[in-house]
Amino acid sequence: MSTPTFGFVTKENLRFNNPVLIQVLGICSTLAVTTKVLNTLIMTLAVSLVTAFASFTLSWIRNLIARRVRMIFQVLAITFYVVLFQLILNAFAPEVARSLGPYVGLIITNCIVMGRTESFAPANPPLISWWDGFTSGIGYMMVLLLMSLIREPLGFGTIADIPIFPKEFAGGGNNWTIAIMAPSAFFLVAIFIWVFKTDLLKKEAAAKAKKAAPPLPAGAAVAGGAR
Amino acid sequence: MSPVIDPLTLIFASIFTSNILLANFLGTCSFIAISKDVNSANGLGIAVIVVLVLSSVISWPLLHFILLPLNMIYLDLFVYIIVIAAVVQALEMIIERASPALYMSLGIYLPLIVANCAILGVVLFMEIRNYDFFQAAVFGFGSGVGWWLAIVAMAAMRKKIDKAPVPAGLQGPGITLITMGFMAMAFVGFSGILRVQ
Repeated sequence: MSTPTFGFVTKENLRFNNPVLIQVLGICSTLAVTTKVLNTLIMTLAVSLVTAFASFTLSWIRNLIARRVRMIFQVLAITFYVVLFQLILNAFAPEVARSLGPYVGLIITNCIVMGRTESFAPANPPLISWWDGFTSGIGYMMVLLLMSLIREPLGFGTIADIPIFPKEFAGGGNNWTIAIMAPSAFFLVAIFIWVFKTDLLKKEAAAKAKKAAPPLPAGAAVAGGAR
Repeated sequence: MSPVIDPLTLIFASIFTSNILLANFLGTCSFIAISKDVNSANGLGIAVIVVLVLSSVISWPLLHFILLPLNMIYLDLFVYIIVIAAVVQALEMIIERASPALYMSLGIYLPLIVANCAILGVVLFMEIRNYDFFQAAVFGFGSGVGWWLAIVAMAAMRKKIDKAPVPAGLQGPGITLITMGFMAMAFVGFSGILRVQ
């Protein structure tokens, strides 16, 4: 397999192979932080950077480690970057660190980090691996930010702690507690996946119809899409 | 100072009201992947219970007798990850020797557990909430049972869902997540009974 280009990797990770919406990875530890926009931003940034640098490191030493002991190297490299991030966060933003609680540490077992360092990094050179890890994290960030932009206003009536709704609608005892509780996160991800996948399936069907019978008018492609 | 919680309350809370999967989202990845049939769900669930109890029982003394007195708390993540990996590896070898039949049914799930966020999550919660040794063990056991309960219930439900007319875009992970949402709502209902953090 030849080395993929930067543009291809970007498109794959943000759209066609989005880690959350298509691969359904990495929802383990971080759905819990999407109740606040600010927490989400920091958390997803951490995941992007950790994935990027862990991929870089593991791709750099990929020819030095035997396949049998690869797993432990992976975990140790990931843990190293997570601890680094945690120390920086504790030093510069102790309040955010407290509200994120154990979830920063849980980046270690985030399936996206594990997945990228397992599948992409051992087969590709360091720089493109860094980019692959970073864009995977960005693909993840887009989805989670969208979720937090829905959950925080409904649950607390604020966006990034700035009130946007009047007290009568949310906050002041009338807030929609369900929006910041666990079930809403599951429903939201499911709805995102639904919309995204339906769109993808339609496009695939249209492409197939086009390929099968190129000279047919546009109506055929639409019919194929509706099927 | 460890919190004052009576063990029965703690076990009930960790199974139902603050279920590790449905309230804290931990272990969702393997949950979605493995909940396709009841037998493997059951196997993985039991493996999770065993590994959870062992790793919280081993991590607690390491935290309180080595990391805290020596002021090396920043190394906690390294220690926990190594403990979990070692427990899984040791368990795999023991089961392989002691009971080949059990190994055949359970063994394949063991490596999956290292990457299961529920284990590391429970150990980290144990540290943050300052549980004492007994509480840590009970919390580990309760969380494991909660996870097992959720995955077996889910696997049973997915059998029915397979026959239902689900929209194409929602098939697979989509409908599983929605079902999990409903399960989470049901479990949230328990939180009126008691509140333990």
